[in-house]
Amino acid sequence: MPTPPLLALHGVCKRFGVVEVLSDIELEIRAGQVLALLGDNGAGKSTLVKAISGVTPADKGVIEWEGRAVHIRRPNDARELGIATVYQDLALCGNLDVVGNLFLGREIRRHGFLDEVEMEHRTRHLLQRLTRGIPDLRAPVVSLSSGQRQTVAIARSLLGNPRVILLDEPTAALGFEQTAEVLDLVDELRDRGLGVLLISHNMGDVKALADRAAVLRLGRNNGFFDVNTASQEQIISSITGATENAPRRPAHREAEW
Amino acid sequence: MVKGTQSVIRTVEGWGTVFRRKLSAGELGSLPVVLVLAVVWIVFQSLNNNFLSPRNLSNLSVDIVGTGLIAVGIVFVLLLGELDLSVGSISGLAAAVFAVLNVNNGVPEWLALVVAVLAGTVTGAVQGFSFAKTRVPAFVVTLAGLLTWNGLMLYILGTSGTVNLDEGGLLARLTSYYFTNDFAAYGLAAVGAGLVFLVSYQDRRRRKAVGMPHRSLRAIGVRTGVLAVTAFAAAYLLNRFQGLPLALLLFLLVVAGLDVVLRRTHYGRQVYALGSGVEAARRASLNVTRVQTAVLAVSGTMAAVGGLFLASRITSVSQNSGSGVLLLNAIAAAVIGGASLFGGRGTTWNAVLGILVIQSIASGMAITDTPAAVQFIITGGVLFAAVVIDSLSRRSQEAHGRA
Repeated sequence: MPTPPLLALHGVCKRFGVVEVLSDIELEIRAGQVLALLGDNGAGKSTLVKAISGVTPADKGVIEWEGRAVHIRRPNDARELGIATVYQDLALCGNLDVVGNLFLGREIRRHGFLDEVEMEHRTRHLLQRLTRGIPDLRAPVVSLSSGQRQTVAIARSLLGNPRVILLDEPTAALGFEQTAEVLDLVDELRDRGLGVLLISHNMGDVKALADRAAVLRLGRNNGFFDVNTASQEQIISSITGATENAPRRPAHREAEW
Repeated sequence: MVKGTQSVIRTVEGWGTVFRRKLSAGELGSLPVVLVLAVVWIVFQSLNNNFLSPRNLSNLSVDIVGTGLIAVGIVFVLLLGELDLSVGSISGLAAAVFAVLNVNNGVPEWLALVVAVLAGTVTGAVQGFSFAKTRVPAFVVTLAGLLTWNGLMLYILGTSGTVNLDEGGLLARLTSYYFTNDFAAYGLAAVGAGLVFLVSYQDRRRRKAVGMPHRSLRAIGVRTGVLAVTAFAAAYLLNRFQGLPLALLLFLLVVAGLDVVLRRTHYGRQVYALGSGVEAARRASLNVTRVQTAVLAVSGTMAAVGGLFLASRITSVSQNSGSGVLLLNAIAAAVIGGASLFGGRGTTWNAVLGILVIQSIASGMAITDTPAAVQFIITGGVLFAAVVIDSLSRRSQEAHGRA
């Protein structure tokens, strides 16, 4: 029997009022693989990420962690499973400094008080691995450049030694050099055996990094691809809707037709 | 010798550069309010020689305590980017609870004090929970609270109107007791400066041990030195009147304690995090409801404690307790002191600086026989200036990519 994927989604649905944003989503994230999540604007990519990370929990469907069904109702549930998320808007606290942001919600304490020295020490250690230009660790995060903020957000997600990491357009706001830094990092994470979900609009990045790609279209699955064998045209036509690759529908739904 | 002078000059030049950078980046910190305080003191001293007398300054140091404690609670709420309008009513309610329990029903003073403070905590927590759950802005929830608690206070006081407190009782002594022994004030100054030095030194030692950037010994020395000089000067002045007032000691202990809570504990970190945006804090697994409830509970508690100190100062509780300009003064103190109305920026010491400015103006007006009308206008002007500085510094920070 093959090992179950780290994280699997079956029939996940999410609606906001009358709008069904996600319907019957299937997804598998495996250890040591990068899964690219592709789709046009409004396809539901970010909503799916928020459903997995517990920010806006799914209404229906099953989420399995290593083959076992789990409930993710709050961000903390996802964090405790070992799912870390870098949101598109980063979700950093602008008035806190770099150290404060990294350890927010899991501060290190010493005699009951915050151990700033230890936290700063670890922050420096972690950032040294991620980037060459370490920002001022005691500056409020709003004063950093967008690239530095991205690095802080990624560093924060790595802090709890997660097993799955969700990256929502991590390179959209970055320049050339920083993009390369982030992509190298994704590569490294995969080599260390993490499961990575990467949302990106850049087909070049996807081709270079991802092992598999899942396409969403209008809140539904619209095809899974092996990035190494599928052509770019196939994937793009699936994103734009030129081809309908609707997945197998559940049997009871078939019967209704 | 020459080398020493040069290094001093270089240090001063270094400060100058830092100061100019902070000035242009809108990170002035407490500097504007300290300047305002200096101007107020100089103006009133030139109008009346008695303003900076030990007697007047000693009285000032007791007068700031009641409203100052309420302002400390306001700082917590401002850190969330919210406003608590109910603190005046809660302070009156707590005083009324104490008066009715102790004077009218003979409950022991300590028990009545505990119940009165808890009344503040509970009312604050109720407001906080409603605010967190309904997501109605706190100023609306607490506006309802302002009316409700004021009504409750009038109900509790009933027809009795004014209740006079025991002049020699525990509560009255809170603001009338002075440590006449000179060593009390000097000891407090020494312990305070010593603690600040020890904490900074310990921090430096640990940082140095793991090879992280740390403050120079000279910077720590200068910082502690400035603090020590201020503290000993204040102690000297207080000793020339009646000594260290108990009320001032308690006030400073509460402010310092809550400052540690805000800046050095898990809870305080969450308060600051919420100030920059609820959503970011929520995604970092923070329990938003709990923090918001706790913050308004703190503000309610501080309002109650402040109300008791105000009652202690006049040894009576009446239907006017907690009404009038008290609420506005408490909020103005926090803002004038430098806590940001936009949330996420400020410490409990801001409340101390702010209430010092407000009470100095009031005291100076009283001593120079200026009508209350002028006092309101001037306090209003200072408040307006403080809000403008807050807003400008925020805008300037945005321009420098810092907001």
